[in-house]
Amino acid sequence: MHHLATVVDLSRAQFAATALYHYLFVPLTLGLSFLLAAMETVYVITRRDIYRRMTRFWGKLFAINFALGVATGLTMEFQFGTNWATYSHFVGDIFGAPLAIEGLMAFFLESTFVGLMLFGWERLSRTKHLLVTYLVALGSNLSALWILIANSYMQHPVGSHFDPTTMRVQLSSFTRLIFNPDAQAKFVHTSVAGFVTGSIFVLGISAYYMLRGRHLEVAKRSFRMAALFGVFAILATITLGDALGFIDGSVQPTKLVAMEALWKTAEPPAGFNLIAWPDQKAQRNDFELKIPYVLTPLITHSLHKPIPGADALERQARTKIREGIPALEALHTLSSHPDDAAARARFKAHEKDLGYALLLERYAPDVSKASPAQIGKAARDTIPPVFPVFWSFRIMVAAGFAMLALFILAVLYSIRNQVSDRPWLLRLAFWSLPVPFIANFAGWVVAEMGRQPWTVYGQLPTWLSASTHSVGYMVFSLSGFVLLYSIFIVIEMSLMVKFVRQGPDDGGPPPDRSGIALREPRLSEV
Amino acid sequence: MDLYAILKITWWALLGILLTGLGVMVGMDMGVGASLRYLGRSDGERRAVINMIAPHWDGNQVWFILGGGAVFAAWPTIYATAFSGLYIVMLVLLWSMIVRPLGFEYRSKLPSRRWRGGWDWMLFVSGAVPMVVFGAAMGNMLEGVPFHFTWNMVSYYTGSFISLFNPFAILCGLVSLALALYQGGAMVMNRGEGVIRERARRQLTVAGLAALGLFTVCGVWVWRMAGYVITGGADPAGPAIPLHKTVAVVSGAWLHNFQARPVLWLLPAAVYVAVLLGIAAARSGRSHVSWWLGVVSWIGTLGTLGAATFPFMMPSSSNPSQSLTVWDASSSRSTLLWMLGWSVVFVPIILTYTSWAFWVMRGKVTPEKVEQDEHAY
Repeated sequence: MHHLATVVDLSRAQFAATALYHYLFVPLTLGLSFLLAAMETVYVITRRDIYRRMTRFWGKLFAINFALGVATGLTMEFQFGTNWATYSHFVGDIFGAPLAIEGLMAFFLESTFVGLMLFGWERLSRTKHLLVTYLVALGSNLSALWILIANSYMQHPVGSHFDPTTMRVQLSSFTRLIFNPDAQAKFVHTSVAGFVTGSIFVLGISAYYMLRGRHLEVAKRSFRMAALFGVFAILATITLGDALGFIDGSVQPTKLVAMEALWKTAEPPAGFNLIAWPDQKAQRNDFELKIPYVLTPLITHSLHKPIPGADALERQARTKIREGIPALEALHTLSSHPDDAAARARFKAHEKDLGYALLLERYAPDVSKASPAQIGKAARDTIPPVFPVFWSFRIMVAAGFAMLALFILAVLYSIRNQVSDRPWLLRLAFWSLPVPFIANFAGWVVAEMGRQPWTVYGQLPTWLSASTHSVGYMVFSLSGFVLLYSIFIVIEMSLMVKFVRQGPDDGGPPPDRSGIALREPRLSEV
Repeated sequence: MDLYAILKITWWALLGILLTGLGVMVGMDMGVGASLRYLGRSDGERRAVINMIAPHWDGNQVWFILGGGAVFAAWPTIYATAFSGLYIVMLVLLWSMIVRPLGFEYRSKLPSRRWRGGWDWMLFVSGAVPMVVFGAAMGNMLEGVPFHFTWNMVSYYTGSFISLFNPFAILCGLVSLALALYQGGAMVMNRGEGVIRERARRQLTVAGLAALGLFTVCGVWVWRMAGYVITGGADPAGPAIPLHKTVAVVSGAWLHNFQARPVLWLLPAAVYVAVLLGIAAARSGRSHVSWWLGVVSWIGTLGTLGAATFPFMMPSSSNPSQSLTVWDASSSRSTLLWMLGWSVVFVPIILTYTSWAFWVMRGKVTPEKVEQDEHAY
């Protein structure tokens, strides 16, 4: 168990870095694929070439983004096994299934048809090509569905039971697993957040062309489409975000505590902390600015329900830890005497709190001899890091409403055909390009850091989940990823900028291709 | 026979099919990547070769991704133990594979000679290295890997990373690379013309013969190698926990299955027959036949591996009794059943649209055509 904490921290850092990096590209794929499908639909219906050129241009940027999404997705598929072996064994019976179905149902669809989408323009009829584009969009969004079903199991484990013989959780209801309420809300919230990302991407780049008076044909139409698509997407994102917050309030009360910096139980009517400076050690906010009365209806969708704070949840956790200790003791007995009926009965009686005893094991390797102080420490661990979750949540929400305002303005002026006369709006749209990415990152932090100290909420603590690597291995792999991924992002961004600058094909005679023909004359002798 | 035992065997067979799909489809593209600098001498020729697989490499790569997902779903203990135990090997595999999508997508986006030359080397690395690692991983499964579990199934790997690249494992890695070069050669023959096609034919011939030679050396090696035998406590219908059986290490044990069922010798025999016929077919220009015989050679190779090691999947060299076998490393009955259902529905659909995609993009790819197509890689 040497350097266990360091190895777990490094594994977490590596997972966060590779997941967030992957998450730069995925939302754009989710949204841009449907925008491409929408543009191509207009082309197929109107037969106007401008929409074909539009689709081709955004499709080129889509492909540059897509390649890195695919590349970094490979890491994600294997990282549970390479770095979270104990986790993978513990939940593999459940968690692996949606991942495999994602491959069967979504990845194959998306990846097979993306080839036809990019290379099949001349070989497919207009309608068939349009169908292919829709299948790419469908495939990428289906993959989001399955990965979020898997993720939701970590947030709100349902449809499973712990099996003391195989030392892992096992599937008891497949339908409950896939109809996890957390999964439904989270899938839609995340997917439409991807649509928002795609919309801002198209909106911002179109604004850039309009500011420079270039490619106006494509830019104006793209701007209008992105604005319309975006306004619906952001409204859905905010609505589903609220629904997700409501679900979290009941299934992950500790996450809610962190999101709202709620140290003490909030009796109704409770005020909403607009901003605060949470101090985890002292278990209080050094500073807070409250909007009175708002929190209770916001969270509970009622006027009279109290919202448990960190103090109450910690008390509950202490009870659960004490309840869980016999389960862990019985499990230990069962591992060497599988037929011990008394141990099995004792396990059955306490199994629902097994995870809390595992949390205690960190401080008291022999949980039977745990002191009240050790139990207190483990209970305190159940409150996630409040400061980053609280602020990420506010950054995400602020970004969401800012984008809502931008999309509304963009739609209003687009309808009146006045966008070109509003350079401030165009500038605003251009400088909003990073905003959805920031919101996506912040949302990830709220969801995953707010889940701590668990990998599977209430069942498997993070400290126990990582592979048993040495610190040296972890430093090596983390440095390798940082180095490789840094090189990739520089390459990707420079290609993206180059092709944005180059702009779409404006129609007319075939474009002069000397710019992309080979400059060196003797290349044939390489 | 008990349903759970049947499900375990079914998923063991499905894993074999998946690895075959991986070898054929991913191997073919990697074989092309690894030999790109040989198949295409000029930039135009290289672009022609790349564009033969351009619409398909991404779909093909899903065989690899699905492989990971299916092992996770059906063999979670193997997913956890193998991928964490073979950590550095997995990193080498991942890091080399990550470069590949970028190589295809970005290479021809800029005209610079240094840029394209650099990506050509990247495509070489991301073709050759993963295939060697893939084979080396299989080799390690024959030799056994030093790992053990604690009472609550936390796994520890106790070897050094360099021991995973031992001579036998490298040899297996070269078999896999040679088969990939053969398959890539067949594909480029199918879709290339003139000098490119001729080079591909030569590549197919040399790689095929090399594969046979290396495969033979592997076979001789395995003959004397220490294999693993279950001596008690294994229950095919029992719960999946690898802690309650006993295993002995016996020299030459990997031949026991062949001795018990001589019909299994058809599997290694198929490798020789398929490759030799495949080379002959290529000589007479029927490269489509060579391609399909390449599929047979993958089935033969992986089938030989499976026949030798069954029911072992990942033997432990440091604690043989905790080796992972078909009987004790799988998911629960319920998960295996559900996943079988999903596979039965989706695999035929996947095969259908994959074939359609290949059919749509059929035909010869030449440097001239690529030059005229502004959307080619």
